[in-house]
Amino acid sequence: METLSFRHAARQRTAGSRKLALVGVVASGNLEVLAERVLPDTECQVEISTAAEGFGAVWGAVVADFVDRHSPGGLKLSINDGGARPDTVSLRLAQAVRSIAEEAR
Amino acid sequence: MTAPQPQAERPLASRNSPVSWYEASARARVRLLLDAGSFQEFIGPEMREASPHLRVFDLPEQFDDGILVGRGSIGGSPVFVAAQEGRFMGGAFGEVHGAKLTGLLRAARDVKSIPVLILFDTGGVRLQEANAGELAIAEIMRAVIEARTAGVKVIGLIGGRSGCYGGGGLIAGCCSALAVSEQGRIGVSGPEVIETNRGVEEFDSKDRALVWRTMGGKNRRLLGGADAFCDDAVQDFRETALDLIATAGGFGIDSLKAEQARLEERLQTFGTCADAVDIWKAEGVPDPDDVPAMDADAFIAVANKIRRPSRDSR
Amino acid sequence: MTLDDILASLFPDGHDVQKNHGILLGSGQLKSGGDALVIGVTDRTPLGVDEAIRLSRAVLGSIGHDSGPILVIVDSDSQRMSKRDELLGLNEFLAHLAKCLIYADMQGRPTIGLLYGHSAAGAFLATALATRALVALPGADPVVMDLPSMSKVTKLSIDILTEKAKSTPIFAPSLDNLARTGAVLETWDETISLAEQLEALLERKRDAGDQRDALGKARKGRLKAADIAERVHELALQPR
Repeated sequence: METLSFRHAARQRTAGSRKLALVGVVASGNLEVLAERVLPDTECQVEISTAAEGFGAVWGAVVADFVDRHSPGGLKLSINDGGARPDTVSLRLAQAVRSIAEEAR
Repeated sequence: MTAPQPQAERPLASRNSPVSWYEASARARVRLLLDAGSFQEFIGPEMREASPHLRVFDLPEQFDDGILVGRGSIGGSPVFVAAQEGRFMGGAFGEVHGAKLTGLLRAARDVKSIPVLILFDTGGVRLQEANAGELAIAEIMRAVIEARTAGVKVIGLIGGRSGCYGGGGLIAGCCSALAVSEQGRIGVSGPEVIETNRGVEEFDSKDRALVWRTMGGKNRRLLGGADAFCDDAVQDFRETALDLIATAGGFGIDSLKAEQARLEERLQTFGTCADAVDIWKAEGVPDPDDVPAMDADAFIAVANKIRRPSRDSR
Repeated sequence: MTLDDILASLFPDGHDVQKNHGILLGSGQLKSGGDALVIGVTDRTPLGVDEAIRLSRAVLGSIGHDSGPILVIVDSDSQRMSKRDELLGLNEFLAHLAKCLIYADMQGRPTIGLLYGHSAAGAFLATALATRALVALPGADPVVMDLPSMSKVTKLSIDILTEKAKSTPIFAPSLDNLARTGAVLETWDETISLAEQLEALLERKRDAGDQRDALGKARKGRLKAADIAERVHELALQPR
């Protein structure tokens, strides 16, 4: 198992007031993303736990691209990876931001 | 790298188009089954109580260990809920996964006035945690009976990818009532396990029609192994759950004796049937060969004519 | 010990336990007076619908008539793996047997499981694991999941699995692992009277509720279960 961690600056705070969101399932080719609003507004962090070792550079690129597009300021995003392809990872990260950006129920 | 346009993880359904129970995640089932916004989770994923036993196998964890438990309301009345995620390790019972359900049932036993919905989606014991999983199931069975003895209705809903197999099938057999869809299967040994142990002549696990005739929702409903048959739609499971909560019988010596009689009669009447179609024929189902192809409404109509669910013998 | 030895040692004052197609039924006289109902599976017989229904019938027949403990003696295979048993709803038959035993125990008839041979999976759940107190004789070999099957599914060799099993009692089959995780209360001494050991067990104060998770925690075999269950229990009891 490999654990990776990426910290980035974010342009702006993630919208909405929800503190927590979870998307996805840990199954083959899939992943779960837990989003927590626990960081300062202009910071974000993505932590990954994955059984596929040695793909740090790919994860780094996916995360950097995601941060650039979505500016997830204030969020810590924690991933349990079931062996997902990069586009699935991007999808789930975007879904997680979308979900936490809603107004709290 | 371009990512596809992300869709929010919401059902595509409008008010009019049904949401598939089978396709929905455990979290989506709970969210849509209960009254909007009513669900409060116990030990949610942010607590990170994942399994401590998967790392040694280089297997990924899930933050909720594949089950969510909590409280909400359905039709305005309080309910405890547990929902297994059938796509994480086949929804199998591990130490933490099982303990969450055990704790919920013990609470229901002590509160006495709040029913429990168990959304089964499981292959049984998680083999990487075999001893803990088996023990958890034994403890859950005990806790279900303690809760039912205290007057609590424990309702099982079955219609997911992993069905309800192994120890899950035994827990289901302890519930006050069960609802099952076409996609749902209830059994102890899975098709592959029977084939591996006894050969393909005994059970061809690749014969999907055989699997469904034998273990699937329609046979269970017609045989009396489940009390209600649902369409593969969250709304149908919701309405059925409400009905079962209201109508399921109690537990005690009378229900046990009635169940003994029910099961003895089943053996006497159907014990020599070679296939489910023979059972259905013996029960008086017109055109038993058509049963697998029947849509839910047609099937429910037939089932209600053949066998009204017994409220007092489970 | 053979089954006959076991029964003789349990009931030196006499018993009428009969074996019939792998199923044990009868009763035995307790040293302290009164009888124990005896049910069980022997000769590594698989537990199918036909076997389970006879066992549950015996338990139910005893309720309201007898007052002593119920002994569940086990040397079984797993559940019977067959099309017929699944077709007829084996899950209900096994659950029903467990329910009868659990009910009897809750009504004040102590249920004692005595594992002297094999048992596995669904048969284990419906018999030995449905009792309040499960004891074993040395050499008993309960199996939840056997290593060859596990090897096939995980694609890890038996050697590797055996190596991994050295660091945890959580998956590999063994009496010791099932004791450490809280399933097996104690292993009895074959060289002394089983009747005396049974009396000592029956005399012990009955724990309120299912203590197996607490036992697993105390024995350091199952470190999370008791705490997780208690935490959920507490959270669920809080008012909204």
